[in-house]
Amino acid sequence: MQISYRLSRSAVWRWVSPARWPVVLLAGAVLLPLIRLALAWLNLTPEVWQHLWETLLPEMVLNTVLLTAGVGAVTLCLGTTLAWLVTNFDFPGARLAEWLLVLPLAIPSYIFGYVFMALFDYAGPFQSQLRAWFGPSLELPEFRSLPGAIFTLSLSLYPYVYLLARAGFLELSAAQKDAARVQGYSDLAILFKVSLPLIRPSLAAGVSLAIMEALADFAVVRYFNTVTLSEGVVRLWVGQMDRDAAVQLASLLLLIALLVILIERFLRRQARYYQIGGQARPFTRTRLRGWRAALAAAAAGMTLLLAFVIPLIQLLTWAIEELTTTDLGTLEMVFGQYLLNTAGLSAGAASLVIAVALPIAYALRHAGSSNKERRLPVVARLATLGYAVPGTVIALGVLLLAAPLNETVLSMTGGAVLLSASLFSLMYGYLVRFLAIGFNSIEASLEKITPSMELAARNLGAGALRVLGRVYLPLMRAGIIAGWLTVFVDTFKELPATMFLRPFGMETLSIWTYMLASESAWQAAAIPSLVIVLANTFLTVLLIARPVRLS
Amino acid sequence: MNRRQVIASFVSCAVALAAVGASGPRVASAQGNVVNVYSARHYGALEKVFAEFERETGIRVRLSNASSQALLERLRAEGKATPADLFFVIDAGTLQIAAEEGLLQPVDSEVLRTVIPAEMRDPQNRWFALTQRVRTIVYNSNKVKPSELSTYEALADRKWRGRLCMRPATHIYTISLVAGMIANLGERRAEQVVRGWVANRPTFIDSDSRILENIAAGKCDVAITNHYYVGNALKKDSNFPVKVFWANQNAQGAHVNISGAGVTANALNRENAIKLLEWLATRGQDPGEAGLAGGNNEFPVNPSAQPTEIIKGFGPFKADLAALSKYGPLQAQAIKLLERAGYK
Repeated sequence: MQISYRLSRSAVWRWVSPARWPVVLLAGAVLLPLIRLALAWLNLTPEVWQHLWETLLPEMVLNTVLLTAGVGAVTLCLGTTLAWLVTNFDFPGARLAEWLLVLPLAIPSYIFGYVFMALFDYAGPFQSQLRAWFGPSLELPEFRSLPGAIFTLSLSLYPYVYLLARAGFLELSAAQKDAARVQGYSDLAILFKVSLPLIRPSLAAGVSLAIMEALADFAVVRYFNTVTLSEGVVRLWVGQMDRDAAVQLASLLLLIALLVILIERFLRRQARYYQIGGQARPFTRTRLRGWRAALAAAAAGMTLLLAFVIPLIQLLTWAIEELTTTDLGTLEMVFGQYLLNTAGLSAGAASLVIAVALPIAYALRHAGSSNKERRLPVVARLATLGYAVPGTVIALGVLLLAAPLNETVLSMTGGAVLLSASLFSLMYGYLVRFLAIGFNSIEASLEKITPSMELAARNLGAGALRVLGRVYLPLMRAGIIAGWLTVFVDTFKELPATMFLRPFGMETLSIWTYMLASESAWQAAAIPSLVIVLANTFLTVLLIARPVRLS
Repeated sequence: MNRRQVIASFVSCAVALAAVGASGPRVASAQGNVVNVYSARHYGALEKVFAEFERETGIRVRLSNASSQALLERLRAEGKATPADLFFVIDAGTLQIAAEEGLLQPVDSEVLRTVIPAEMRDPQNRWFALTQRVRTIVYNSNKVKPSELSTYEALADRKWRGRLCMRPATHIYTISLVAGMIANLGERRAEQVVRGWVANRPTFIDSDSRILENIAAGKCDVAITNHYYVGNALKKDSNFPVKVFWANQNAQGAHVNISGAGVTANALNRENAIKLLEWLATRGQDPGEAGLAGGNNEFPVNPSAQPTEIIKGFGPFKADLAALSKYGPLQAQAIKLLERAGYK
């Protein structure tokens, strides 16, 4: 059999041949915390599970399933509908909406969550106004609930589906649509019978991203009194100070996260449908008129209003209130320090991720198609699994790894270096979490460099380093910069790993926001929140919305 | 240079970068005239009292913020190597547990002994209360007459079905409140009470100030919160319709918790930590905005300090100080009880 041949001794030996070691080593290092956590399965404590089973576990599992299913369904419907509208039709504001609809990505869900809670719970302005109009006895369904959490998270996460669905719709050729139209299909029939089946892989990718975020969230669900597995890990870990139980629950969460990836891969397996031959002619958009146009514009406008404009206005209002009522001296000092910490950490993480992603991508690029090297991409893919794993789970994995080394490092350095909560652990956590982002960006830019370019340079007598410096790096620059910026901003807003792994005094804007918001000190929380949102908006416009607008 | 070397140089770049990042925080934290504080106080470094201390003593206060439990968990994991000098949390139980586990050291200070009453500090001087907070019953004064209220236990009465707001079990305030009830009533009776609250289908809101706003808006009529949130709401709006009711006055008294601090067992900046403690127990007790107690409408521990006018207006009350020392040992039991009773 082929498999047994591949695993035969000599093949394995050659496979881990020296040229391959950086990939294997780096990938292994990145995977280590996850492997360490998975090992918790070998050491299950029955009492912990018995207690969990008798108390919160059933509710946690049920809520997690309902939350992810709910968020998946709502983002699928909302994201696909909006993408369908803006790609297939022309209505007032359509071209503007097409890229503006991406912007909610700029508001991290832990900020989105508290803003929505403040706006829409019983004491919030929305329900208060309704009571003013319809009388004080008006009772709406409880907002602090699972449906409330699904509503909030879906509005925050739909852009993932929207972006990928939009790209999918645009890839469909006019010919396919024309063929369907000739058959007498209506727009809706084309959508359901032609377009949706063809863009299924894109939809699966978008929905699985939204689901991964929902699975990882521990902040929003707490505002909504919804105990999920992620919330449970935090609850056990810092609420009940039971690290062992938290580790065991986290290993279950890890398993579920991996399951989500597997399902996504399965749904994408026959992945791509290409337009074979001929020039793909971009299709013309149908012009909508009358109530149809109004309806389409309203759908896009309402979503944008609810998911971006209103939260942003609310944050601005709070920030202004805070600035006019507090002592600016203290604020400025504290704020400046936290901003500096956040920017420093983000720059460090971005550089580290790129430094690790580059050799992996470069080695992959040069991996031959021989049997012994065919597995290299698999190793690299494994190393990018971290993006699907909740930050809390990664933090626990890193701490588990650091714990046995802690004492050794302490005694070696005369009590000077504490491994468990240090820049080292934190950077390691960021690397595991964000390697995929840097890697994908670099890999995409490498694909543009054809082997013939390298061969030409080699033939002209350039050495490997010269080829790297004169051919690769200039051509990869855009990809590297994009990757660096994305990791920078993702670290800028990162909450769980920062919360649990940061060294003393390394307070960041995200930590500050979270601390204040969880006490409903919204005015004070709004300032760091706004900085995070603005940094994100900048990047979203630069890297995502602008290409959307230009395409 | 061949490809292998190129790759190797990339790898060493990454390793070097990681190594730079690994520089020890403990070394850095010992440098200069600083005191490193693990703080669970909500506004953290925004509180004027720390800036005031810095201005007066020239000692820089570095804060790292998290919840009381998260800080204890962290202190435990770090043990002797912790970079924190002062462990400043908002729960007596957490301080007791930290002290019992040897994470805090005794501090022999004349100042602290004289200004902080004996029941407000550890008998072995490993921690000291700096402010008092009373977790008591609050009510919508347009909907509830004070004569309808009496004790925490009485909120289990059917009469309050659908009218209660409660803080979830994840918060240390709830855990210590129930620990205090176990101390006073025994576990069985305490569980009956908690089950009675749950049967009244309370709205769980994980923020005392949002609970008050929900009472004002009419979502619920009665809740249990810390007194100073009412004080802070009144400071903003003197017509705020929520009033404080001192609970259990004909029994042990209202549930009291503290915000307090202890010096960590291995503190590098021990002297500065003690200076900060002493400062907070004396100058920091100021009823004005710049005081630890005054800035947040908490009760000062120092008997010579005055509470703010707003909370003086809540009237005199009997506090259950006897239970204060039992939160620590009973918290684990309280967590289990809350879970069993189905309290969110």
